[in-house]
Amino acid sequence: MAMVDTASRISSPSDLASVQEQLAAAAEGRRRVLVCSTGCLAIGAREVEATFRSEVAAAGLEGEVDVVRTGCHGLCAMAPVAVIEPHDIVYGRNRVKYVPNVITETVMKGEVIRRFCYGRDEAMAHTDDIPFYAHQTKRVLRNVGRVDPTEIDDAIQRGVYGAAATALAGLEPDQVVEEVKASGLRGRGGGGFPAGLKWEICKQNPGKDRYLICNADEGDPGAFMDRALLEGDPHSVLEGMIIAAYAVEATGGVIYVRAEYPIAVRHIRIAIDQARERGLLGTDILGSGFSFDIDVREGAGAFVCGEETAMIASLEGQRGIARPKPPYPAVRGYYGEPTVINNVETFANVPLIVDEGGAGFAERGTDGSKGTKIFALAGQVNNTGLVEVPMGATIRDIVFGIGGGMPRNREFKAVQMGGPSGGCVPAAHLDLPIDYDSLKEVGAIMGSGGMIVMDNTTCIVDIARYFIAFCAEESCGLCAPCRLGTPQLEEILNRITEGRGTLDDLDTLESLGEVVKEMSLCGLGQTAPNPVMSTLRHFRDEYLAHVVDKTCPAGVCKALLPVEDGKDT
Amino acid sequence: MDAHPMGDAMAAVDLGPAHAVLERMAPVDHGHAIPLLQNIQDTYGYLPPSVLLELSDETGIPAAHLFGLATFYAQFHLEEHGRHTVRVCRGTACHVRGRQVIQEAIDEELGIEPGETTEDRRFSLETVACVGTCFLAPVVMVDNDYFGKVDPKKVGDIVAGYE
Repeated sequence: MAMVDTASRISSPSDLASVQEQLAAAAEGRRRVLVCSTGCLAIGAREVEATFRSEVAAAGLEGEVDVVRTGCHGLCAMAPVAVIEPHDIVYGRNRVKYVPNVITETVMKGEVIRRFCYGRDEAMAHTDDIPFYAHQTKRVLRNVGRVDPTEIDDAIQRGVYGAAATALAGLEPDQVVEEVKASGLRGRGGGGFPAGLKWEICKQNPGKDRYLICNADEGDPGAFMDRALLEGDPHSVLEGMIIAAYAVEATGGVIYVRAEYPIAVRHIRIAIDQARERGLLGTDILGSGFSFDIDVREGAGAFVCGEETAMIASLEGQRGIARPKPPYPAVRGYYGEPTVINNVETFANVPLIVDEGGAGFAERGTDGSKGTKIFALAGQVNNTGLVEVPMGATIRDIVFGIGGGMPRNREFKAVQMGGPSGGCVPAAHLDLPIDYDSLKEVGAIMGSGGMIVMDNTTCIVDIARYFIAFCAEESCGLCAPCRLGTPQLEEILNRITEGRGTLDDLDTLESLGEVVKEMSLCGLGQTAPNPVMSTLRHFRDEYLAHVVDKTCPAGVCKALLPVEDGKDT
Repeated sequence: MDAHPMGDAMAAVDLGPAHAVLERMAPVDHGHAIPLLQNIQDTYGYLPPSVLLELSDETGIPAAHLFGLATFYAQFHLEEHGRHTVRVCRGTACHVRGRQVIQEAIDEELGIEPGETTEDRRFSLETVACVGTCFLAPVVMVDNDYFGKVDPKKVGDIVAGYE
C-alpha cells in the first residue's frame, strides 16, 4: 500500500478518522493480489507470492499492482489461495508457472482463467458466486484475508480501532458493559457464558488491580478459528481487548497463546508493537486518558491450560493445574485479583457490538445465542476451511451448503463438534439449527467451533477411543476421577477396538463416564467422557458390532478386519 | 560437581548464556518461571539440569519447582534435542485422514519413535495435539515449517531438506 504520511502517533478519534480516510482513498480501486500467507504456507504459498512479486517487477507494474501477504481466505481445500482485487476473483491451487498469465489476464484485464476457479468453473470466479462464500456471513472474519496482518495501516484503513475510538470517547465504561449485555454475546471458547455478565461480575469485585486475559490457547484438536483471527486480523482482537479493558477498567492485559502457533505469536507481537507506536495501546490511548497495555505469553504445551484457572496458574509460573470454582476468576483470578478471561473470537466480536449497539448485534442469531460463529470445517468434507455463519444455521447448511458435501459422494455419518469435550452429531440431526443450547440437547457442545466431518470410513468407536486417549494424556493429574477414570475408559475402548469387548463393558463405559463427569474438578474431566457418551447414545449399533459380532463396519479397527484386508487401513 | 546424584545429566555446561538470559529478563520472580525456561530452552536447545540448579540459586525459585515445570509441560525437555524437530500432528482431522500411516512412515524413515532423538542429533521426533492446519490433514511440521496432505511415500523428501 502506498504510504500516506500517517506513521505518527494518532492522538484523538478525529485523528484516527482522518488517517483512515486518507488510507481508504489511497486504497480505492487498487489492483492487489492477496496471497494467503498463513495456512497456505504449508502448501507452497511463499513460492507463489515470491513469483507474483518478481513477475510484477519484471512487468514494470510495481507502482500499479500490490502483492499482499494476508491471512486465511477460508477456502483451504483449494490452497494455496489468492484473491485478486478489485475484481474480487478467487483463485485456488495456484502454481508458480502460471503466475505470469494471472498478472496479464486477471490482474490487469479482469479476465477469468478457468483452471484456477472453484470447481474449474468460470461461473464461480467471484466470491459472491461460490457457494462456499455465498452461504456465509463474514462479520468477525471480515478483514481476514483482506489485510496484511503485519501492517497496522491496512487494519486502520478497513476501520479497525474505530469502535475503540467510539467507546473511549463517547461511552462510559458501564455503558459499554450494558451494550455487551444487551448484545447477548456468549463466550466463544466453548462454555458460552454471557460475556457482559462476566464483565459486570468482575467490575463488582473490588481489587487492587483488575486484569484482562485473552485465551488464545486453542488446544482442541480440529479447531483453528482463533489461529486464523490472530494470524489474519490481530488488530481486531486487540481492539476488542482495548474496549473490554476500558469497560471493566482493567489495569493490565495478557494474551496467552499456544506456542504451537508460531505465526499467530509473531503477528500478535508485531500488532502490539505497532499499536503502541501509534498511540492505540499503552498510555493515554487516543488522547482519552485511558491507559492499557498487553503482554504476550506463550503456552508451553499443556491442553489443560485452556481451562481458565489452569491458565492463571500457568501465567503465575505454576504447573497448569486447575483449582475448584467458585471463586471464579472474575472474582479472584490472576494474582488473586478480579480477572476477565475471554476467548479470541469473543474479543473479536466486541467492536461489532460497539459499532451496531447491543440491540443491533442481537438481531442475528437465535433466541439464546446471538451473532455469528466461526467454525473450522475439516475431516471428510470437500471444502475444508474456515467458515462463519449466523447462530441457528443448520449442520446441513454448513456441511453441504458451504462444505460441498463428502468427497466421492460418500455417505455422511456424523460431525464431531466441540473436540475432546464435545460429541458426535449423527445424520438424523442434520437439520438441527446450531446454537449453544440445541447442541447440548443432542449430547454435543458448541465448543470452540471445530467441526470434523466423518463418513462411513470413520469408525465411531475408534474416534471415541481417540478422544479419551487424548484426555487421559492431557489430564493434569490433580483429581482422581479424571486422572484414573480417563485411562480406565481408554482401556475399555482399547479392548473393544481390539475385539475383546463385552456387553458389560458398554454399561461400565456409561457408569464410569458418569462418575468422571460428575466428580472431576475442572472442565477437562467434566467433559472428557462426552465423546464416549454421545457416541454410545447415537451409535450403539456400531459398538454392538464391535462387541457382539466382532466386526468394525468402517473397516478401521485392525484387529477386527478379515486377515487379508489387514493392510487396507 | 563430581559424584552428583544426577550423574551424567550434570555434565559441565557453560552457564554464561544462562546468566545472559537472567540479566535480560531481570528482575525474574516466580511469575516469570515459564518464560524463563522458554528462553533457556531457546538458548541451549534443551534445559540442562545443571542450568536449572543455577537458575534456582540465582532466582530463589526452588529447583524442585523448576523441574516440576520442566516435566509437566510438553514443550520442555531435559535432554539434548536434535537440531531439527519433526512433529507429527495427532489432531482429529489428521486422525481420520490417516495420520497413523504417516507416523509409521516417519518412524521408519528416522529410525526412532516419538520422544526420541536420532544418534547423529539431526532430528528429534515428537507428536503434537493439533497444529491447527486441519484442512491440510495429515500434517507434519519440521521446526516451524508446515507440510500438508503428507503422502507416506514423501516423508523422505520432507526430512531430506533439513541438515
